[in-house]
Amino acid sequence: MKAEGKRNIWREYQKEIACDHFYYQRSCIRQNFFPASEKTFLKILRDELGKDIYDDPLHTTCTGIGYHTDVVPFDTIQAVVARHFALMTEAGYKNMAISCVTSFGIYSEITETWKEFPEELEKVRKSLKKAIGKEFEVPANIAHASDIIYKFKGEIAEKQQFELINKQTGKPLKIVEHIGCHYSKMFPSKGVGGAEFPHVLSGMIEEWGGEVVDYPERRHCCGFGFRQYMVQSNRGYSLSNSKKKFESMEPYMPDAIVANCPGCNMFLDKWQYTLAEMQGKTYGQNGKGIPVLTYEELAGLVLGYNPWDLGLQMHQIDCEPLLDKMKVPYNPEDKYLGANKKYIGRPEVAACLA
Amino acid sequence: MGIVLDLLKQDVRFHEGLKACMNCGVCTAICPAAEFYDYDPRMLVSIVQSNDEEAIIELLKSDTIWYCGQCMSCKTRCPRNNCPGLVINVLRKISQELGYFTESVKGRQQILIKRNIGDTILKTGYCIHPSIVKPELHPEQGPVWEWVYNNPNDVYERMGGNFDKEGAGTLRKINNEVLGELKAIFEVTGGTLLFDKIEKFSAMKAREAGLEGTDGNIDKYIEKVNAEDKI
Repeated sequence: MKAEGKRNIWREYQKEIACDHFYYQRSCIRQNFFPASEKTFLKILRDELGKDIYDDPLHTTCTGIGYHTDVVPFDTIQAVVARHFALMTEAGYKNMAISCVTSFGIYSEITETWKEFPEELEKVRKSLKKAIGKEFEVPANIAHASDIIYKFKGEIAEKQQFELINKQTGKPLKIVEHIGCHYSKMFPSKGVGGAEFPHVLSGMIEEWGGEVVDYPERRHCCGFGFRQYMVQSNRGYSLSNSKKKFESMEPYMPDAIVANCPGCNMFLDKWQYTLAEMQGKTYGQNGKGIPVLTYEELAGLVLGYNPWDLGLQMHQIDCEPLLDKMKVPYNPEDKYLGANKKYIGRPEVAACLA
Repeated sequence: MGIVLDLLKQDVRFHEGLKACMNCGVCTAICPAAEFYDYDPRMLVSIVQSNDEEAIIELLKSDTIWYCGQCMSCKTRCPRNNCPGLVINVLRKISQELGYFTESVKGRQQILIKRNIGDTILKTGYCIHPSIVKPELHPEQGPVWEWVYNNPNDVYERMGGNFDKEGAGTLRKINNEVLGELKAIFEVTGGTLLFDKIEKFSAMKAREAGLEGTDGNIDKYIEKVNAEDKI
């Protein structure tokens, strides 16, 4: 199908995304591996867009990884999510902004179940009341955090400091977008552009001057597989799926990958390192890997934030080749410093990617 | 109707995931697990749809139900709006409730997940916490993670986090009152019961295989499960 046709089809799939006053639900994986992305999300919403978003110390994991590894029952995860709705209700909010795609899928699955099986909702109301004495309202709007950045991509473009342009060639940067499976494969109507042509990331890339890479395995899973990664002896499953994607995107010579799912961001970064160690194979240019960014990191670069404030030093694949193409300034000496420029040692250099 | 069919039909996800399968095989064509393992979700759904209690019990004792990676790509592609991945969730739940999971190499791994992810949820309030991502168990995380793991206070502070401290923010310490609420939810909704069943059936299997320590620990069994050794 021609690219123009694809661009037209996504327009049939729209979703309502709230404008303001969000209750924020953090992601377990992102807090561990991309903590600055959540900080950047809050900063963009509050400081750049003037929005109100509440970061509640009382919320917990949604238990989604436990649910999809089958050690947490459906009744339990429903009540944990209901507790978050109760906290949102108590704090005076009606709109959820969810950092994690697994959580977003969970929230979608649960609220859709309640619509189809109202008796489940009543059961959860009773169990939550019995367990912790709380009551809740179902949110008026549930958006993934990438939906919110997508909604305000134009406002971000108005403040743009750096374009997604290769300043060395003058051409748009070629960017692979990877959408987490649970964003819209289960409930296509919950995602911008549906499951076939999700536009949530490609819309940002195009708005900020880049070019989206359309490659054969674009919609293939990154391979997280929950128990297929969590259990050491199953990890070949996870690695093989990412490898399939890298092999498929390699001929298009992408300058970067951007993903909207915590697991995908981590695996597309770490499995490139693993494949380089195991097989001596790299997929980027000049023997290096392809930098893998979160959408907040991409938005932050566009807005002119310091790359080390965005947390790019926590990636295993160096992002400097991308920064050089965009002509984003950075100080290599500051890369691995702690707070207040404290020296805390540096990671060992990964020779396979050097 | 047998107990397994009863349990299947009591779960709303079974009704949501399996309306009527016409065995077209599109789910298998799109399935990442079917590419990696000897696995065929079309066959699995066909067995479940047969209502053959004995055949379903065989499934619950097999590796087959543990191959799915829960990507749910099958849901998007199914022309009848079924979701084999969701049916898998129900089968896995029943396999653990009835103790059949200890009969297969992949099923036995549930004790590893319960002790890692399950216990971490109730201990910390997170599914994943830096303390469980030990570099020696995660060589794929590379030297940058090892640097983070060795300097969590400094790195998370630099990232604007609130590592292991009271209040809001990244990797904040989730206080005991909140952890108490989480625990109460697990107790009321069957989460604790499922944890206990995974422990109980794993201990029974360890005993049966002569892999239980004198003090009742099942460390040797866990070692073998981890290595996918025959038990």
